[in-house]
Amino acid sequence: MATATPMPVIPSASRTLGRDFLGLALIALVGLAGYWLFPDNLAFLTRVISVALLVLSLDLIVGYCGIASLGQGALYGAGAYAAGIACVHGITDPGLLILIGAAAGAVMGLLMGAIMLRAHGLPQLVLSIAIVQLLHEAANKASSITGGSDGLSGMSPAPLFGLFEFDLWGRSAYLFGLGLLLIVFAVLRFVTRSPFGMVCRGLKEDPLRISALGIYAFPVLLKMFVISGAVAGMGGALAAIATQVVGLDSVSFEISANALVMLVLGGIGHLYGALIGTVIFMALEHIVAAINPFHWMTLVGAVLIAIVLFAPRGLSGTLDELARLLTRERWRAGR
Amino acid sequence: MPAAELDIRNLSAGYGQTHVLEDVSFMVPAGGRLSILGRNGMGKTTLMASLMGLTRHYAGSISLAGQNVTALGTAARSHAGIGLVPQTREIFKGLTVEENLFAGLKGRPRSAIEEAYVLFPRLRERRRNLGSQLSGGEQQMLATARSILGQPSVLLLDEPLEGLAPVICDMLMEAFGRLAASGAMTILFVEQRLESALAFADDVIILERGRIVWSGKPDALRADAEVLERYIGVGGLH
Repeated sequence: MATATPMPVIPSASRTLGRDFLGLALIALVGLAGYWLFPDNLAFLTRVISVALLVLSLDLIVGYCGIASLGQGALYGAGAYAAGIACVHGITDPGLLILIGAAAGAVMGLLMGAIMLRAHGLPQLVLSIAIVQLLHEAANKASSITGGSDGLSGMSPAPLFGLFEFDLWGRSAYLFGLGLLLIVFAVLRFVTRSPFGMVCRGLKEDPLRISALGIYAFPVLLKMFVISGAVAGMGGALAAIATQVVGLDSVSFEISANALVMLVLGGIGHLYGALIGTVIFMALEHIVAAINPFHWMTLVGAVLIAIVLFAPRGLSGTLDELARLLTRERWRAGR
Repeated sequence: MPAAELDIRNLSAGYGQTHVLEDVSFMVPAGGRLSILGRNGMGKTTLMASLMGLTRHYAGSISLAGQNVTALGTAARSHAGIGLVPQTREIFKGLTVEENLFAGLKGRPRSAIEEAYVLFPRLRERRRNLGSQLSGGEQQMLATARSILGQPSVLLLDEPLEGLAPVICDMLMEAFGRLAASGAMTILFVEQRLESALAFADDVIILERGRIVWSGKPDALRADAEVLERYIGVGGLH
C-alpha cells in the first residue's frame, strides 16, 4: 500500500466538461457542414437526426440500464402521432409540438416500462416486441384519428420563430432538428453522468448489488424509461414536423430493430456511439440503396456482420480502445 | 442509525431446494462484535447472504432491534439497517471510487463521502480511478466504506481479509476496530484468519455443515484445542 501503483490519470471534472463542450461543438460543426455540403439532401439529414434521437433514447435503456428492447418504435411513434394529431388540430408551434411529442413519448415510456420491468431477459424482449406491434395495430385500426395505413396528413406547422417556413427544401427543419439534437445530447450527457445515471449503470452491472445497498431498482429504471420515452418522442415529433406526414412505419418493429442495429454498430453505452451508428448506418443504407436498389440489404448486412465480428464493442468502443492504447503508450513513453 | 440488537431464531435457509443453514439461532447485542468461524463450505457466507435476504428462506426469524425483518426484501433490509460487505467485494468495476461510494449513500448528502475518506485516506487518492484499477486491498476498503456510508446498525463483514497482504490486513483490522469501538454498529465478522477473528470479537460461533456447533468467548475457544482441531482444523493457539 505504501507504494502507489502508477496508472493513467482519469480526467478531472473540468476537463470532462471541456471535452463535452468540444464534443457538442464537433456535432454542431459536422451538422453545419452537412447543411452546406448537401443542400439537396436536407430532408434525409433531418431524418437522420430524428432517428439519432430514437437511437439515443434506446441507448439509455439498453446501454445504461442493460434492458434489451426491440420496441423502442412505440415511444418514437407515440411522439410522432401525438405531434401530428396536435398539429392537425391547430397546435402548430414547432416548439410546442416537440414538447407534445416528448410528453406522449414519456407517458408511453412510463407504460412500457411498467410492463417490461415485470419481466427479465428474453420475456422482456418479447414484451417489447408485443407492445410495439400492439401499438402499430392500434394506429392502423384507429384510422379516423391516425389516418391508418394512409398515414396522418394535413399537418401545417407554423414558421419557426414566426419567421422560417418549413419548406420543401427542409432548411428550417434541418436546423431546427440540429438545435434540438444538441440540446438533447447535452442534457443526456448530464443525465448519464449524474448520480441517477451512475445508479443505472450500477443496476446494469449487478442489480442484486444495488439492491443490497438499499436502492430499489424498479423506480430508477422506470424513470429512465420515461426519459428515454421523452427523447424518442421528440425524435418522432421532429420527423412529423419535417415530413408533415406520420405513417405506420414510425411505430413499427422494423424501426425498433433498425435502431438496435444502429446502436450496436455505434457502440452500446456511449452516447456518441448512438450518433455514429445512426449516421453510418443511414448513410450506408442511403448510398448503397441508390447504387443497387435490389441487393443493398446484402451489402449492409455484410458490413454489419464484419463490424460485429471485428469490432464487437461497436465503432465508438473500438475508437475508445484505440485512444486508450495510444494514451497508455504515451504515458509509458513519458515515464 | 444507532447500533441494533440482532436476534436470529431457528433460521433455515439455502439456495433452490438445497438447505444450507439448519436451525441457526444466536443473538448479538447492540454494539456487539460476533466472529463466525468454520471451515470452507460450512455456511458462513450463506448466513451473511441470508441475513441480507439474498438466499431462499425456509424457516425461522431474523429480528433487528426487536423488529422482525424476515419478510423484507434485500433493499428493504438495507433500509432497515443491515449492511453487507460481501466476500467478493462486489464493487462496481466500471464506476469510479467516488461513484461507488455515492451508491452507498442512501440519500445522504454527497458531502458524507468525506467519512469514507477519513476512514480510508487511500480512497481519497484513488477517488477518480475506476473500480477495476484498484488493488485487492483498495477494493476491500471501497466495499467496506460504501457499506458504512449507509450508516447500517448491523454490519456484516464476509471474509474481508481474504487474499490480502498482511500489511493491508492490519490496516483493515485497525479500521474495523475503530468502527467497533465507536459503538455505532453491531458487527458480524466472518473470517478464516483465526487470530484476527478472535482478537476482534466479544463472542464467537462456529458453523459446521450449516449448524452452530460451538459458541462462547474467544478466550474459551483459544483454550479448547480439541474444538479448534475438530471444527477449524488448527491444533490450538498459543
